[in-house]
Amino acid sequence: MARVLLFGRLSDLAGWREREVAEAGSISALRALLAAEDPQLGAALAGPGVQVALDQAIVRGDAAIGPKAEVAFLPPMSGG
Amino acid sequence: MITLTDQPFDPGDLLSAFCAGRIEVGAIASFTGLARAEAGATTTLELEAYPGFTEAEIGKIAEQARARFAVDDLMICHRVGKIGPGEPVVFVATAARHRRAAFEACDFLMDYLKSKAPFWKKEHGPDGARWIEPRAEDHADISRWDKETPR
Repeated sequence: MARVLLFGRLSDLAGWREREVAEAGSISALRALLAAEDPQLGAALAGPGVQVALDQAIVRGDAAIGPKAEVAFLPPMSGG
Repeated sequence: MITLTDQPFDPGDLLSAFCAGRIEVGAIASFTGLARAEAGATTTLELEAYPGFTEAEIGKIAEQARARFAVDDLMICHRVGKIGPGEPVVFVATAARHRRAAFEACDFLMDYLKSKAPFWKKEHGPDGARWIEPRAEDHADISRWDKETPR
């Protein structure tokens, strides 16, 4: 059961900020599952500048998701 | 010291506390960023962070600033949540033996915070809300630091 977090415009688009996902064993499987439910969200998650953090560390490409993992989708960042 | 807060802060108080008791640093530079009203177009600025991750990522860049510039100490205070026009959003202070390192480290930290720190910024106004992403100038500002040789 991985915890999935969306930030910024991604959570507004999806209509949720945080949820548990049981069925995904990898980031690519998670993307496919979310895109099947909500194609618009799926496209946004694959969009330019969106990074993925697995257990609070940025990952590039695919990675396995453990049962207690936290996966966050991070759109382009802006502070100050 | 790195602080995220959902409460208003007084940059003068932070600067006074940061200066207090230092007898060898010689130079302190600071920057305060305020929320703009944009002539009434922005009534509230809303900043979202990723608790834990945001502090850790800012901590990494603070370490880079310490390694790259001859700074003795630094302070970063950043608001999260809803912020009204004129309220401080960010405060950065740097302490060094001499002014150049203090100015440069402060400038470097702000360029990083504007375009790379894990915050997401939404402007609320009479015409609705919109997410703000880094501007071309913000990317150009941070790329300045790629060209300069680390000391």
